[in-house]
Amino acid sequence: MTMGKSTIIRKADLLHVLDGIPHGIAVLDKRQRVLGLNRFLGALTGYNSEEAMGIYYDYILRSNLRHKGNPLQSVIETGESTSVEGDIINRRRQKIPIRFTISPIKDSSGKLLGMVLTLEDISILQNLGKKIHDISHVEGIIGHSSKMQEIFELIPMISQTDASALVTGETGTGKDLLASAVHQASKRSRYPFIKVNCGALPESLLESELFGYARGAFTGANTDKPGMFRLAHGGTIYLTEIGDLPLPLQVKLLTVLDDKEFFPLGSSKKVKVDARVIASTNRDLKKFVRQDKFREDLFFRLNVLRVHLPPLRKRDGDVRLLIDHFLDLLNSNLKKSVKGLDQKALNILLNYYYPGNVRELRNILEYAVTVCQGNTVRSEHLPKYMASSIKKRPSSIDQGSEADMGALDNNPECPDRASESISWTSVEKKMIMDTLMKTGGKRGLAAELLGWGRSTLWRKIKQHGLE
Amino acid sequence: MANEVIIVRAHKGQLIGEPRIILLPGATPEEICALIIKEDASVVICGGIEEVHYQYLTWKKVKVFDNIIGLHEQALKLVLSDKLKIDTILPG
Repeated sequence: MTMGKSTIIRKADLLHVLDGIPHGIAVLDKRQRVLGLNRFLGALTGYNSEEAMGIYYDYILRSNLRHKGNPLQSVIETGESTSVEGDIINRRRQKIPIRFTISPIKDSSGKLLGMVLTLEDISILQNLGKKIHDISHVEGIIGHSSKMQEIFELIPMISQTDASALVTGETGTGKDLLASAVHQASKRSRYPFIKVNCGALPESLLESELFGYARGAFTGANTDKPGMFRLAHGGTIYLTEIGDLPLPLQVKLLTVLDDKEFFPLGSSKKVKVDARVIASTNRDLKKFVRQDKFREDLFFRLNVLRVHLPPLRKRDGDVRLLIDHFLDLLNSNLKKSVKGLDQKALNILLNYYYPGNVRELRNILEYAVTVCQGNTVRSEHLPKYMASSIKKRPSSIDQGSEADMGALDNNPECPDRASESISWTSVEKKMIMDTLMKTGGKRGLAAELLGWGRSTLWRKIKQHGLE
Repeated sequence: MANEVIIVRAHKGQLIGEPRIILLPGATPEEICALIIKEDASVVICGGIEEVHYQYLTWKKVKVFDNIIGLHEQALKLVLSDKLKIDTILPG
């Protein structure tokens, strides 16, 4: 947001626009005094915009932000947006849990003019019980980026139907969480959510696991086994790694999807089931169909509703939000009191490529919080491979096949992993060359700068033909 | 959520002695309530307070003026002259 200093809030139009947003919004000057509140925040706090004008923000909000590492001060110092959870006490003596997001307002030269403080009331999530709260919150489906907002808008829509759904996305993007969230938001939520990993078991075991067996079906089958489909009756069965499902079982799955009934192994009695099927994969199923590794009819049957989860590097602004979220979570889980990151560490995290997506970010932060003995994570607390490898994708790659892919896509292609790997290979090669030039060809020093062992660098030099 | 409290003693609208400032970094509302009772305070002036703590202090016969925004000297002056009202934004 860029505005002239004198016009920062004077235009009634701006407050009018903010009144239409269903979150509390306060516009503050750089001395943290209120310049305006939108109507929603007025209702939340009990103070209207005129009353609050010119007053230090926390006299109006009565928040515990100052006990959360004073994020407003950090926005003033770094100029970067931040997000933190806390609470406020309103004029009616109610304590309300809030997710605060603080964003700087700068002029065209980058000079700080003030801040926008957004307050999301998260009490509804907490009142719905820990189960729901866990899914949408603690387990990590959070994001402010437009791509994630599209996903959030889709969840209720997908939850309302019983049609099969296919969730795709790279590893670590949150496919399992999305499937679970869809189940929880559906009318089936009172019934079981059964997860089966199709890639984890050999074909014969997987068949008995999915469809069950009758007593005497094979040696050792002393009792009837219901199978996961029957256990999921009334609820949802979630098949992960669906691309790894063996072809004979694909036929059986297709029958179940069409007829809602099947024969358990060794049984002549048909079993009827009412289970919704959600499948997920990080593979390109269309390519598998072309290679005859996946049945086309099953692909079309599963692909009725298709959700593609964007990789973290495509989710503008979410890395920062997730950093704050995971720091809060890890502080409480690991009994630490890390307040934040210094600018260098933050820059490394914001510019990293995240091939492992949200899961990788969480692991990186868990490592950093564990290693950090103070209350600020510095670059040396990050895993060594990061410090020397800022792996942001070149902008030309960002315009690839994924860029124009919507969240819900009925004719989708999976991300082209081959081209990604080619891109990363060239980035790595350039990184090695740059470091070697910097060190005047001294490989030992270059390996140290890159955070690799000497033998790793030697191997990679050979691999890239840089000898 | 308060980081510090100022404790004053008064008799018939006049301050007795110097105000005492106690810093309370990270004190919970329960700890602040315990301090109020320990200090035998009869009046509390504050910004925000949760209903449960407001009820507790009132039950303990402490008069609570909450939702007060402004300089503490001004609020003190008003309470000593019996003119302070709950839910007031003081001028200045």
